[in-house]
Amino acid sequence: MKFAVIVFPGSNCDLDMYHAIKDELGEEAEYVWHDTHDLSGYDGILLPGGFSYGDYLRAGAIARFSGVMDEVRKAAEAGKPVLGVCNGFQILTEAGLLPGMLMRNKNLKFTCGTVSLKVENAQTLFTNQYKEGEEIRIPVAHGEGNYYCDDATYQHLQDNNQIVFTYAEDFNGSRNNIAGIINERGNVLGMMPHPERAVSDLIGGTDGLPLFRSIVKQWRESHVSHA
Amino acid sequence: MKKVKVYVTLRESVLDPQGSAVMGSLHKMGYDEVQDVRIGKYLELVIGDSERDVDALVDELCNRMLANTVIEDYRYEIEEVVSQ
Repeated sequence: MKFAVIVFPGSNCDLDMYHAIKDELGEEAEYVWHDTHDLSGYDGILLPGGFSYGDYLRAGAIARFSGVMDEVRKAAEAGKPVLGVCNGFQILTEAGLLPGMLMRNKNLKFTCGTVSLKVENAQTLFTNQYKEGEEIRIPVAHGEGNYYCDDATYQHLQDNNQIVFTYAEDFNGSRNNIAGIINERGNVLGMMPHPERAVSDLIGGTDGLPLFRSIVKQWRESHVSHA
Repeated sequence: MKKVKVYVTLRESVLDPQGSAVMGSLHKMGYDEVQDVRIGKYLELVIGDSERDVDALVDELCNRMLANTVIEDYRYEIEEVVSQ
């Protein structure tokens, strides 16, 4: 399976993402610059963390108008897996590919550490290798991860099982501790925590690996059945 | 040519942690009469002469990029710029 790691000016988790796919997962990955206008050769799209365009105006507000974002939208419409982590999540909400918005953390601090997450939905193409309700330990590092949406949107997320990860306890003020959500179709996931930083015991844990394995498993199954 | 002053603020329904922190500090300084602080952004745009309706243009800019209407409201003022 071949992944595109989209690189914006100011991305800084692109190397971690690439490493996770290439070295830990053993799949193909390529860096793709933000002005690329063709993603048709990739099976999965990864939007890494960082501070694209310096987080000017709002986190993700400028990156969402990068040339490559039309292609990301096309990939999402084609049903390809699209994963946005941290700044990648912020870009996906700004682009309207996911609902809601990431606000400044409630305590106004940029917070780094490792948190416990609860897998709320293990039926997605990103989480089929986890167990429903499983608690996993994943690193976080952000100043603007406070997920906000209005009541109607929250209800909609709940009714459609779109809340995929929650913080085990309040971490940044996010509505109902939301850490990650998926689109209605189930192929676009945004999350603030960094699964790509939890792929080796050497760096403190492997709880992020099942997420990437889930994507690959689903992809292989759908491509075998089509063969 | 026109100068457009755009004010972007958090919607009333959205908690403003920065504003709360500033208000808390003002209270500690003894300014008890301050009842609320909301922090927003101020942008100045200079718009060249064009056939487009300026209001429609500024609304479009705000809705597409300058404000995120999920959590923010915006308002603006337009001033005629007289070249010297």
